[in-house]
Amino acid sequence: MDENNKKENTIGIVNYGAGNIFSLTAALERQDIAYGMVNTETDLEKYDRIIIPGVGHAGAAMQKLDQTGMVNAIKALTKPVLGICVGMQLLTAHSEEGDANLLDIIPLQTKLFDKDLGIKIPHMGWNTVDFKNNLLFKDVQEGTQFYFVHSYFIEYNPIFDIASVNYGNRFSAAIQKDNFYGVQFHPEKSGAAGALLLKNFSNLSL
Amino acid sequence: MLSKRIIPCLDVKDGRTVKGVNFVDLRDAGDPVELAAQYAAQGADELVFLDITATHERRKTMIEMVKAVARQLNIPFTIGGGISEITDAEALLNAGADKISVNSAAVKNPQLIEDLAKAFGVQFVVLAVDTKHIDGKNIVHLNGGRLITELETESWIKRAEDLGAGEILLTSMDHDGTKQGFDCKLLEKINQMINIPIIASGGAGKTEHFTEVFQKAGVDAALAASVFHYGEILIPELKQELRKHNIPVRL
Repeated sequence: MDENNKKENTIGIVNYGAGNIFSLTAALERQDIAYGMVNTETDLEKYDRIIIPGVGHAGAAMQKLDQTGMVNAIKALTKPVLGICVGMQLLTAHSEEGDANLLDIIPLQTKLFDKDLGIKIPHMGWNTVDFKNNLLFKDVQEGTQFYFVHSYFIEYNPIFDIASVNYGNRFSAAIQKDNFYGVQFHPEKSGAAGALLLKNFSNLSL
Repeated sequence: MLSKRIIPCLDVKDGRTVKGVNFVDLRDAGDPVELAAQYAAQGADELVFLDITATHERRKTMIEMVKAVARQLNIPFTIGGGISEITDAEALLNAGADKISVNSAAVKNPQLIEDLAKAFGVQFVVLAVDTKHIDGKNIVHLNGGRLITELETESWIKRAEDLGAGEILLTSMDHDGTKQGFDCKLLEKINQMINIPIIASGGAGKTEHFTEVFQKAGVDAALAASVFHYGEILIPELKQELRKHNIPVRL
């Protein structure tokens, strides 16, 4: 796709080999949202919005992202970016998982759940998300649950938090800084509400 | 608050769901995609597909089915049955499966659990255990309860957790098919012992059994097959009932 063929409202998915993206692309297809793969820095230019997916180990994911050579270009993006699960954690400064330095786009820490809080790890299943008035959650009903599966969480910080969730302690279910958004849950697996969130992201204007 | 999960289990043979299904508006009860969508619409929190295909073609048909399901389904699902190698698991992951469950292969080769967890993360690895009460002990069985092992259920599950299992699916063979309720005593014991989620299976016959297993055993999820397939328990009504008992559910 060259610049002249650029479509409106297309999403580029950063394809860096961290987990399966079949479910994500399927969810975008169900919403009729056009998407393509971002394999190189120049691919970032082809799309209006960027999703950074991610499953598995945050430290390992960061290494893989590093290997694509796209880190600086991603950090410099001014179009809407959405990190999902580990993709969200990558936006933070550091993760306790593998003691890894991450993109540091949003100055937050990704931490391991404390099992002394009497919780099971991973945090797996549907949990209620307490979201703020943010375009990403437009038309999502209050008290809606989203599907989570993770062992590390992003510390709650009122400056960047746009949605929080309780599991052992309160932490961020969604964060935002400027054009960078992140969600800890999996919208592609979160039923109708998840689909709506993806749709909202695809319509987001800054 | 984290909800307790309700999980219908579907048996799949040659890419088709088996066992009769009573949903009135279902055109093709053997179509896993349609059935899965129906369950998702009813409010199932997750689905488990158990492959009982015995032919050499199983892997190919299963991958096609998983892709078809992942294209349509917007809730998580687990694939189990005959997974014995990393490559099997990887193919299922790439086809859109959220989790895989291993059973016999893990008993024969416990290292498989560790290898899977390292390759794909603990959240991807469910250990399924079929257990039977024998001479005062809980003993792991294979092949749907037909083959006894030397493993005690408690120690096997503890070991699997240490190896990297992210979730346990525990089926009581003594209760399975009886419709007399889950094995709350054993489930509670195991639940106290481990720090990963546990899915109760075997014995669901009526709504009260679900209330009981969440209240008494404190499990994270409950799985059933026939009561859902034959429409004996409807998921929306089940969840309303659970909520009445202050059990957190997603409505």
